[in-house]
Amino acid sequence: MSTSTRTRTGKSQQAVGHGLSRPHYGTHIFLIVMSIMWLIPLGWALFTALRPKADTDKYGYFSLGGAFNFDNFVTAWTQGGFPQYFMNSLIITVPTIILVLWMSSMMAFAVSRVSWKFNISMLILFTAGNLLPPQVLATPLFEMFKLTQLPYWFSDSGSLLNTYISVIIANTAFQIGFCTFVLSNYMKALSADLTEAALVDGAGLWRQYASIIMPLCKPAVAALATLELIFIYNDYFWPLLFIQSGDRLPVTTAINNLQGTFLSNYNLLAAGAMITVIPTLIIYLVLQKQFVAGLTLGSSKG
Amino acid sequence: MSTPTEVSEPSTPDGRAARPAGAPVIKARRVRRLSKSDKVILGFMIGLPTLIQLLFVWIPTLLSVFLSFTRWNGLALSDIRAAGFANFSYVFNDSPAFWPAVQHNILWLVFLAVIATPLGLLLAVLLDQQIKGSKIYQSVFFVPVMLSLALVGIIWQLFYQKDNGLLNFLLGTAGTPEAVDWFGDPSVNIWAALVAATWRHAGYVMILYLAGLKGVDASLKEAASLDGANARQTFFRIVFPAMAPINIVIVVITIIESLRAFDVVWVINKGTNGLELISALVITYLIGEGQSIGIGSAFAVILLVISLVPITIYLSRTFRKEKF
Repeated sequence: MSTSTRTRTGKSQQAVGHGLSRPHYGTHIFLIVMSIMWLIPLGWALFTALRPKADTDKYGYFSLGGAFNFDNFVTAWTQGGFPQYFMNSLIITVPTIILVLWMSSMMAFAVSRVSWKFNISMLILFTAGNLLPPQVLATPLFEMFKLTQLPYWFSDSGSLLNTYISVIIANTAFQIGFCTFVLSNYMKALSADLTEAALVDGAGLWRQYASIIMPLCKPAVAALATLELIFIYNDYFWPLLFIQSGDRLPVTTAINNLQGTFLSNYNLLAAGAMITVIPTLIIYLVLQKQFVAGLTLGSSKG
Repeated sequence: MSTPTEVSEPSTPDGRAARPAGAPVIKARRVRRLSKSDKVILGFMIGLPTLIQLLFVWIPTLLSVFLSFTRWNGLALSDIRAAGFANFSYVFNDSPAFWPAVQHNILWLVFLAVIATPLGLLLAVLLDQQIKGSKIYQSVFFVPVMLSLALVGIIWQLFYQKDNGLLNFLLGTAGTPEAVDWFGDPSVNIWAALVAATWRHAGYVMILYLAGLKGVDASLKEAASLDGANARQTFFRIVFPAMAPINIVIVVITIIESLRAFDVVWVINKGTNGLELISALVITYLIGEGQSIGIGSAFAVILLVISLVPITIYLSRTFRKEKF
């Protein structure tokens, strides 16, 4: 296998007896077949989305006849209320990411750079919290938010239900654990000399956190921010639970309602699904490296 | 927490080993008491995240346990009545959906463990070789990982539809009485949902294993290769055991994903009619007709107890090297 030789020089490649040039025909055939199977569901949705309903009615969905255009996208965008949904996603996602990274970086700093009695126990508590299925705490959280009395000028439900804040709180609380775990591993690996020098200078804890440790954590923070962006954007559950007004739902939860709105118009439903994919694809293309780094950061410290 | 101190010497074993042998023997940890303002700062840094974590994760979890022993319609707090084990007795003996849900959760786990996870591993091993277009293949398999499970449900809905879905066209049954409604027919829909879940899970596992494979010391593989081991032997005897930390993570992720499975079935039919899952039952009892918070919480507690198994395994593996 070429994997076993790739870091070797030409000489040892001969010694091992396999060249890098082995063609791997079988592997390629397998991978190509798998790739096609992998792309079919998405490809079919895109294909359906690009065809006018009239044409699919006339020729059938499994045909090539008729026009291909973006009319369904335009219709789905306006009829489906996408501008509002994207706005809601933004209102929920951005504050959540900022809160999660702020809270988890402070906690990670406190458990990894300062020694105190319960720091490992606290880290375990935080890590475990993120591993629970959200449904385990859904009911009490729902009731807690329902019983929170708020003035009506602040929330038209008189409680935390049906507000963006409820979703932001739930997502923040749930994601802090994961980010704390990842960041504390990252901070632990930074040399102790860094803060040593600051100590000699008499710098307080806050300065060590804000001016020394955090700037060094930029790669990890960037990776986590990307990962959380996808996680929160893709979150379906918390808005489903807390938000009753359709016009306050973020995109991911709202697309489920499109099945009712675009009743049996599969072309529009497909277009709606594709519109929802677009932001993720953009993030994927622009920040793929960060995203993958974020995913693997969490698992590399097994 | 009462006497926080600052570590001014590397406390990791590696850090200590790095000290020159001739260095004077000093206490491994030179600590100093924190100043008063530092204590306030530290209290804030720990207190605020901990408050959020306790208030919105752990207290609700404990309240779930509490509510599972009560009878409550979810209206006024004063309506809460003690119920003993009545909710659990109902769930185990009388709830029509509970045992199907348990079976489906187990099936979900087995399917992910036997099909989706090994498929992800296979893809990772194939793509870890220096083959042409490895990055392109990786991108293809990775796309579903970026999508929400709710969207995965909708995309597959279009693929699985009875009369207009691609699958029935490919099988030649579309429009005929033999056409299968893949997400609607209770005898097949769990399998259809599992294929959709695999589509996403395999890519996730692939990415994690690709990172794991890069971390395996190449000289290990070479040594095995030089000793005449073939590719399969090298993989199963050398590479796979060397990835033990990642393997644990993958096992835990697979179990937890199968317990968390919710979005796909909720998008399809709210977890009914062949797609019952414990997680979906919790929500059904919370928002359904005639709220039975106690019964819903009993489902939540069962889910919690099962989840604690993989969580404990993972935490004890991860933190066993740490000092308490």
